[in-house]
Amino acid sequence: MDWQALTLSLGLAFWTVLILLPLSVLAGRWLAYGRFRGKALVEALVMLPLVLPPTVLGYYLLVGFGRNARLGELWQGLFGHPLAFSFEGLVLASVLFNLPFAIQPAQRGFEAIPVSLREAAACSGLSPWYALWKVDLPLAWPGIVTAMVLTFAHTLGEFGIVLMVGGSIPGQTKTIAIAIYDRVQAFDTDGAGVMAATLVAISFLTIAATYWLSSRAGRRLL
Amino acid sequence: MTLEVSIQARAPIPLAVDFSVGKDELLALVGPSGAGKTTVLRVIAGLHLPDEGRVSVGRAAWLDRATGLALPTHRRRIGMVFQSYALFPHLTAAENLMLAMDRPDPAKARQLLDLVHLQGFADRKPSQLSGGQQQRVAVARALAREPAVLLLDEPFSAVDRAQREGLQAELLTLRDRLAMPVVLVTHDLNEAQLLSDRMLVLDHGHMVRIGTTAEVMADPVALRSLGVREAAALLPARITGEVQDGLTRLETATGPIYLAGVTGPAGSMVRVRIMAHEVILSRARPTGLSAQNILPAVITSLQEGDGPAVMVHLAIGPDAVLARITRRSVAELGLAPGQTVHVILKSMAVARDHIAAGTGLSA
Repeated sequence: MDWQALTLSLGLAFWTVLILLPLSVLAGRWLAYGRFRGKALVEALVMLPLVLPPTVLGYYLLVGFGRNARLGELWQGLFGHPLAFSFEGLVLASVLFNLPFAIQPAQRGFEAIPVSLREAAACSGLSPWYALWKVDLPLAWPGIVTAMVLTFAHTLGEFGIVLMVGGSIPGQTKTIAIAIYDRVQAFDTDGAGVMAATLVAISFLTIAATYWLSSRAGRRLL
Repeated sequence: MTLEVSIQARAPIPLAVDFSVGKDELLALVGPSGAGKTTVLRVIAGLHLPDEGRVSVGRAAWLDRATGLALPTHRRRIGMVFQSYALFPHLTAAENLMLAMDRPDPAKARQLLDLVHLQGFADRKPSQLSGGQQQRVAVARALAREPAVLLLDEPFSAVDRAQREGLQAELLTLRDRLAMPVVLVTHDLNEAQLLSDRMLVLDHGHMVRIGTTAEVMADPVALRSLGVREAAALLPARITGEVQDGLTRLETATGPIYLAGVTGPAGSMVRVRIMAHEVILSRARPTGLSAQNILPAVITSLQEGDGPAVMVHLAIGPDAVLARITRRSVAELGLAPGQTVHVILKSMAVARDHIAAGTGLSA
């Protein structure tokens, strides 16, 4: 059992969720309520990582993270080490490929709030930000919880992109999914089996917890 | 403070209205569906931005397209009762009210819930309340904001008829305590006539008529938009203690009438909505008639329209009643202003919900 890889995967999932939580609330609300030109285009862009092979997204990220690209150059200048094959690079890649999993359910959550309720909030004197806190979020939270659960579980299991932009540096970018692959390559089926079972258990527990929460809330989250 | 509204718009529906509502005054916006009634309300609330327009309350302007001013909805002191009530489903009744207050005050929330007869329901969620109770919470929440203007968008349309009567009566009593302009949007002319001081008739976005409720309900031009069968007058009457065979004896200025379904303490005043097309006129006092209600009246004027009917304006003592009869009958009876005639009314022609408490609003 590669505990280091498991810890790294959990850490990656944690940071991804932490970054995507506010992002999904803001972007989800914007896409749910906004009426603007090019909305379909933005929605399509958000969904793109869902249909692209991870290797394609990974390839572009790797190019973008490189020292010859502006982002990679900027990162190198600021932090003194390359973005590619680093944990930070992995988090950034993870945030990008989880965009559809985070934003879409949040958007659906906000869309489920009747327009008249938002108007009632404004008529009751609530500023837009206060209404978000007092009315929108309490009503949209099933969608947001769904988004975060999917993001968490999906990050634990992602393989292709991690391999492309992270490689397999122990303690840096070697996630549990990569570790399983490593073990299989080394004909250590027992080691791979233990880790695979652990991943199944964690993913199952996460999803089950969501269902338990949603049954308590009387609403479906997934 | 007076609410002044002026709107000109071409899209999504053409609108051209210009009116003001004084404090203590209830203006009913009526007209066929699609006439733009709700849009006018939404402009006042800041939920819709017209091409041109001005909305002001007292000296404060909320909207002035000429200067580019458009206060966002949450900065306008309005109390809005939505057709669907739009209560916050995750909050209790009291919390719904407190969210609308500048400084949340549980004691004040309780007072307001008492005011709308919801003692003991403070901790219920909207889903645990009946339709009528939800409507009351919506009214209380609108008042919790301490609004400068109260806006009611078809507030009674989602409750059943039996509950509606009670809620309308409550609004009437509540009105005595409110010193603010009230705008009521309704498609129900009975409701408009019983509740409003003045009426504005809208049709395809333009003002057909604005005036006191009695004027508008007798005006042939306004009635063309509203449907002439809606012409009606409110006749004040006093409830006597006498009840026989389910009929209550009421005293009008010129005699008794007997009506079913009258509730109220003896001695109190009610207003009975009498539909013009239900009224029969007779030169001589008729005998041997099944109709129980025969009142002497004086013809004040005759108003001819385009069709075969004539609107007869009658005075029953100091009160006005309308009768819509055929041109042919007018000729045969030789009716003319100044004549004394007898107004005949079937008891059963007055619907239960066409009787409202009170003596009139602006009076």
